[in-house]
Amino acid sequence: MTTGVTDPFAYHAPTTVREASQALLRYRGDAKVLAGGHSLIPMMKLRIASPQAIVDLRNVEGLKGITANDDGSITIGSMTTYYELITSDVINSNASSIAEAASQVADTQVRNWGTIGGSLAHADPAGDLPAVAVALGFEIHAASARSQRTIASDRFFRGYLETALRPNEILTGVTVPAQGAGSGDAYVKLANKASHYAIVGVAASLTIDDGGICTSARIGITGAGPHAVRSRRAERILVGKELNESVVNRAAQRGGAEIAGLFNDDVHASAEYREAMTQVYTARAVNAAAERAMN
Amino acid sequence: MNAEVTITINGSAHRLQVPPRALLSQVLRDELDLTGTHVGCDTSSCGACTVLVDGNATKSCTMFAVQADGCSVTTVEGLASNGELHPIQEAFREKHGLQCGFCTPGMMITAVQILERNPSPTEEEIRSGLRGNLCRCTGYHNIVAAVQHAAATSGGE
Repeated sequence: MTTGVTDPFAYHAPTTVREASQALLRYRGDAKVLAGGHSLIPMMKLRIASPQAIVDLRNVEGLKGITANDDGSITIGSMTTYYELITSDVINSNASSIAEAASQVADTQVRNWGTIGGSLAHADPAGDLPAVAVALGFEIHAASARSQRTIASDRFFRGYLETALRPNEILTGVTVPAQGAGSGDAYVKLANKASHYAIVGVAASLTIDDGGICTSARIGITGAGPHAVRSRRAERILVGKELNESVVNRAAQRGGAEIAGLFNDDVHASAEYREAMTQVYTARAVNAAAERAMN
Repeated sequence: MNAEVTITINGSAHRLQVPPRALLSQVLRDELDLTGTHVGCDTSSCGACTVLVDGNATKSCTMFAVQADGCSVTTVEGLASNGELHPIQEAFREKHGLQCGFCTPGMMITAVQILERNPSPTEEEIRSGLRGNLCRCTGYHNIVAAVQHAAATSGGE
């Protein structure tokens, strides 16, 4: 007999978001939402999490699937798995950095279960999808029993494993805004060799006009600090300019400026190394996105 | 409090009373005596416990049995049919795709998934597909050869 999960818990598998939210409310913050379970169950085995109750979303209607909307935006249900993202034509042709990030998560088995909603709500500081969410400007949909609201991705991640979700809210899905003509997006990461978690991961989304000028830029960084952040200072250097080597390098030097003093420093990489790699990977992400924007 | 679940395992429906915290790997091994599913690390790292859940390769140590209610599970015991080895089992035997054998059930189940999604994988695709399965004998060379052999004998190119 293996050790497994030793602490008992009450299990709920509601069929509506309303019931799910009510179940969360009932346990006053001591219930955890189960999506794919590939972060939560390992945490329970390590007794980092010992919730009184689990609210499994697997039977909740309407949380799965990828829809291309008429305005060019994409709606993704929170229970959509990494594998579904990777194999989606809609994702690959309109927001390929989502598939690029999902395909770099862990391994086949984990990608069969891990979900976009789980990744965002868990807010692992080294998770891949949060960087893409920030760069593509995801609108994150949250619902409780009584209300629904939308949270901008650059205001969603608040701290280590901490988001703007309230204790009774369920993350129901995201809307990926239309990326428009002349846009390109990319995600690149320096992965830990064993776990494949991001030591540093950078997503970039750019629009480049016919004259070769960058008209909009968004950069999301994960792995480097306590939570995924938007690198506005690097973005500002790119916008309004032709993305030649010197402009990209100047922006890359500001990549992660928002994380100054907060770089993670652990057994996997020192803060100094993460800071240096954030700059290197910011340049790579910008160059990869620019190449796609111009093709 | 136990929950009642119905799981189809290797083609037979099983109605079981399980505590919610019971992992699928524990129910398979301890309740149903399907000990071909091995538990190596119990931390979602090694993949020895991989089974198919509704066709998806799954680390059964990272899933509560209650989550599998209504699902169809295939373990290594379910690969062979009518006394005939599954092509992937035949290939592991033919290419000696094992040393101590501990990782083999998980390797074979994941290999089934790889070939189902891509009948003619490249060596790199096989290696990347097996990334979630560790072989502590480091016998990867013959494991990859076995998957290539299975692809060739199953009609892939």
